Amino acid sequence: MAITSDDIIVWLRGCAAAIAAHKDELTRLDADIGDADHGANMDRGFQAVAGKLAGMAGQDIAAILKAVAMTLISSVGGASGPLYGTLFLQMAGATTGKVDLNPAGWEAALRAGVDGVAKRGKARRGEKTMLDSLLPAVEALSAALASGAAFGEALWRCERAAHQGMLDTIPLVATKGRASYLGERSAGHQDPGATSAHLLVQAAAEAWAPGRERAS
Amino acid sequence: MKKLINRPEDLVREQLQGVALAHAGLVRVSLEPAYVVRADAPVQGKVGILSGGGSGHEPMHGGYVGTGMLDAACPGAVFTSPTPDQILEATRAVNGGAGILHIVKNYTGDVLNFEMAAELARADGIEVEAVVIADDVAVKDSLYTAGRRGVGVTVLAEKMCGAAAEERRPLGQVAEVCRKVSALGRSMGMALTSCTVPHVGKPTFELPADEMEIGIGIHGEPGRTRMKLRTAAEITELLATPVLDDLPYRRGDEVLAFVNGMGGTPLIELYVVFHELARICQGRGVRIARSLVGSYITSLEMAGCSISLVRMDDELLRLWDAPVKTAGLRWGM
Repeated sequence: MAITSDDIIVWLRGCAAAIAAHKDELTRLDADIGDADHGANMDRGFQAVAGKLAGMAGQDIAAILKAVAMTLISSVGGASGPLYGTLFLQMAGATTGKVDLNPAGWEAALRAGVDGVAKRGKARRGEKTMLDSLLPAVEALSAALASGAAFGEALWRCERAAHQGMLDTIPLVATKGRASYLGERSAGHQDPGATSAHLLVQAAAEAWAPGRERAS
Repeated sequence: MKKLINRPEDLVREQLQGVALAHAGLVRVSLEPAYVVRADAPVQGKVGILSGGGSGHEPMHGGYVGTGMLDAACPGAVFTSPTPDQILEATRAVNGGAGILHIVKNYTGDVLNFEMAAELARADGIEVEAVVIADDVAVKDSLYTAGRRGVGVTVLAEKMCGAAAEERRPLGQVAEVCRKVSALGRSMGMALTSCTVPHVGKPTFELPADEMEIGIGIHGEPGRTRMKLRTAAEITELLATPVLDDLPYRRGDEVLAFVNGMGGTPLIELYVVFHELARICQGRGVRIARSLVGSYITSLEMAGCSISLVRMDDELLRLWDAPVKTAGLRWGM
């Protein structure tokens, strides 16, 4: 399939709905190891995004992603604002001039976004951050596409990897971000950033390959 | 939750509207994006001092905007850093052509948002230097943490940098004052009770009635240890010892001693803590040359206190004593 700008808008609406539905869960996870604002901040940002989507119909994919980035940067705050802003800004950079995206184009965009997050946050895998769901997600997407899986199947494998990465943050000791102040005490809690990142990955699978039964 | 609020989502805006009305002679307020600047901004030829951070720490930072301290403050949502576009607008609003110093507390969110704002401002041709304050000894400074948090020393740095800017010193020198205060300052705090973030509606953490948290952060981040409540003398010892040992402050040093209330502790108790701190310093031969006692960097309604020390020299003493006229700190004018 080819992802059009309309498809991107459907995905972004799904992101906003998923964040809104999990707002309290994100805040509760953040209260355990952070400062109890992740749900409220992400919801504020994605509601602002949702409010602008109607006016974005017909724009090209890069313009939409860039507008999302700037909206998140100006409305989320905390560390998540610049980090998610960078994710979408780099995705915009990777899709410049494209009318639609084939599966490889989506993979390249996601990879550029995730690499941008790693650079902005000076973080890598295993530090109990959003990268712990995003990096496995990109790898699983690449592997699935390389093995010849259909795009819908690849999107769900990507989602499953993000989900597993999210769960895998539970035993980790945080070494980046606010949770790192807790040291060993951060172990035993699921990372809120990895959780919200999984929701965005999941929203893509649900938007573009709906109805597929998930493995769990 | 019992609070004097209308709706949680209106809190920061309505507070700014109150500040604008209460301190019209001192400051101007922008609601969108949210920032507070001194009434006569931009001051031509003077380095602009800008700080910001989550709301809920009042009077920091908005209460320190005025002559001799900050030119601009950017409030984020409660306990949430301000955003790059907001910091950029405030930076432009106080740009008097001599550059801008961003004073940033060391939290991942604040550092990332200020970094993006500084990149945007430099792209606009505005000279920006940023100094990150990281004074909280409760956090181990290592590769395995985000580094020490910025707490009480931030207020003291804002005052002394503001004075240096009033002397019309160039940006590099004002930033040097900031780095010096940060390097010579250490803090540690404790909580008797939790605080409740308005849009969350319930306490950030649970603390049994007979326990306290030593090493608390200003957003209710857990500290080093939780233990049974003790006397003011013992608590002050638990805070002052790691602070004194860390720099370390030595016999013969002159210090600025700051006992800060977390928002829900009365001044009468803070003076008891100051008395204990003075006794401990005297025992170590550390002379308290200047003092500040009160609730200057708070955590909403949290009860508790923090202790900060800065080793002073003639330059810093002069900058501390220089006139200041803000809503939250005022002397000499």
